[in-house]
Amino acid sequence: MTEQAIPASPIEADIETFGALVDKEPSKPPRSQWIDVWQQFRKHKGAVFGGGFLLFITLAVVFGPFLWDVDPKALDIRNKNWRPVYQLLFDSEAKAGWAHPFGTDQLGRDIMAQMIAGGQVSMAVGWLAMALALVIGSAIGVISGYFKKLDFWLMRFTDLVLSLPILPLTLLAVTLFRQPLNSRFGPEGGMFILIVGIIGLTSWMQTARIVRGDILALKEREFILAARSIGTRSGKIIRRHLLPNVISPIMVSATLGLATAIITESALSFLGVGFPSDFPTWGKLLSDAVSRMQEFPERVLLPGIAISLTVLSVNYLGDGLRDALDPRLRGR
Amino acid sequence: MLTFTIRRLLLSIPTLLFISMVIFLLLQLAPGDPMAQVPLTVPPEVKQKMREALGLGQPIYVQYYKWLIQFFWVEPQVFLDWATRDSFLLGWLPDTHFSTFIDPDTGAVRPVQRTISWQTRSPIMDIVIQRMPQTLWVVGLSYVVGILIALPIGIYSAYRHYSLFDQAGTFITMVGFSIPPFFTGPLLIVVFSVTLGWLPSIYDTTHVVTDWASFKIQFMQMIMPVMVLALQTTAQISRYMRGAMLDNLNQDYVRTARAKGLKESSVVLVHVLRNSMIPVVTVIALGMPAIFGGAIITENVFKVNGIGQLLLTALFANDLPMVMTLTFIFAILIVLFNLIADVLYGLLDPRIRYD
Repeated sequence: MTEQAIPASPIEADIETFGALVDKEPSKPPRSQWIDVWQQFRKHKGAVFGGGFLLFITLAVVFGPFLWDVDPKALDIRNKNWRPVYQLLFDSEAKAGWAHPFGTDQLGRDIMAQMIAGGQVSMAVGWLAMALALVIGSAIGVISGYFKKLDFWLMRFTDLVLSLPILPLTLLAVTLFRQPLNSRFGPEGGMFILIVGIIGLTSWMQTARIVRGDILALKEREFILAARSIGTRSGKIIRRHLLPNVISPIMVSATLGLATAIITESALSFLGVGFPSDFPTWGKLLSDAVSRMQEFPERVLLPGIAISLTVLSVNYLGDGLRDALDPRLRGR
Repeated sequence: MLTFTIRRLLLSIPTLLFISMVIFLLLQLAPGDPMAQVPLTVPPEVKQKMREALGLGQPIYVQYYKWLIQFFWVEPQVFLDWATRDSFLLGWLPDTHFSTFIDPDTGAVRPVQRTISWQTRSPIMDIVIQRMPQTLWVVGLSYVVGILIALPIGIYSAYRHYSLFDQAGTFITMVGFSIPPFFTGPLLIVVFSVTLGWLPSIYDTTHVVTDWASFKIQFMQMIMPVMVLALQTTAQISRYMRGAMLDNLNQDYVRTARAKGLKESSVVLVHVLRNSMIPVVTVIALGMPAIFGGAIITENVFKVNGIGQLLLTALFANDLPMVMTLTFIFAILIVLFNLIADVLYGLLDPRIRYD
């Protein structure tokens, strides 16, 4: 018998035999999908800036009141019509100072505090309306993609809602239902519920369509067949197998939804059907300032820039997310 | 294609009925009394009589049915009568008298009852027709301007993909997409009317163009509202144009065209552009109703007395018939342009067959 070492297991033998074929470099650790997504996302400069700015503005409006604890509704009529502090650069006589960095309005309310309070409302409306639209849209999309019987009717319904004139109807609903909701939840709470509800109820259609399309394609794949053949119930297939796979289109339409919700809320406030007049939101601040924008252009500019930058950053974020979540584009 | 068009036309009837019903029910649910402004000294039973005179005592379905009759039967008749009597195009036809009837009691000729506005007590359609030209001018022109700016930007930035122009173009369209018209409007007014004093800040609709000087005034006052609306259009359409061009530029037929020795201009502007225009044309058609919605805000900013502004004033005045009619007109526009987009898509792209 020849002296041949008997391998401990056939696997070790394989490793020895094919050892020459293995790369010399150490093999990389396995990469998860989300690391890939993150690395692609990081390549999109605009998206990173957008995400960063969105995070910044959200934190600023959430924690702003703790850092800048001036009451946005406190009247200080002696110190009215202060200019923002940068006005001192052009004109050292200007009525401005660090006591009110963004100045004060015609009743002496601090504009910085108002911007923070307004941002809270605008962002809260945006996030909540977006969440509502996403829930409705995903639910209708999943149901109509998964259950063939409901598909026809749900999609006809979606088409019908898509052909509703959204802005006129929103205006209509806000003016008509303001009174009963206000009497039940108070002027601010009622308006908040109304605006979030209306924006949510009128902006779910695109999400539903996209989700339905993806579900229709996913439903025919083998892993769903496998899941069904071992007796998984429909509800569980949807939760465990389908929803995680449509998370990326949902995320992309979430960003779009956030942008539209913020713009719609501001537009309503601008047209004068939004929140009550002493309740600041960005759109409200802008519309109140328009009548005196010749003397105090900053009062239009500041909320306008806040709205525009937020929406811009959300749009860039959505752009980057779409690229990062699309496996065909990833790695280029 | 014809059968498809006819089928879509038929299908749009239930759609419009559904929409009108939604609007109608929304208005019915609304708490709002047209008698709210009537002085408190008027006794309640008189108020009740006034409500009934406005048709409010009837059950909901009767009111809805009557509204439908008014909108789809009476108003077209009035329009036909006007067309054969006064209009330039059809005035030579013998006069029709659909919208008048002979009173059985007195024998006098009387006009039919039309939907009247609660604010002005005049027929709604007359007011809408008065307001329509302003909106159509501003909206239509802004759409044309927007498309004319958007197409070259989209084409060039796709052709020079990732170039400086493309990056800048993407950034500018993104900004145009994100800045709402109620901010760009005041911003332009501050810059061009207040600071520089070049352009008027209010759109004067009573201005009549008679000669070159008055045309210049008209042109100046249209610049800002048109540009504000056009910015939104440009941003949207140039993005679509760029995407569509990018999809097509890498196709095999482009390589074939280049290999045949065609000029670069004819490869891009004939072969690629024609194929890329298919989705863009439908986007252009689909964007039309949204522009009318955006016009509500722009008209408010620049004080254009178009139908958007009419809708706002009617809403604040609780003028329900006017609101109902205007909202429904917006709905008709949406359904119409959706239909046009679908038909165009089928006509332009031979691969799409609906039957």
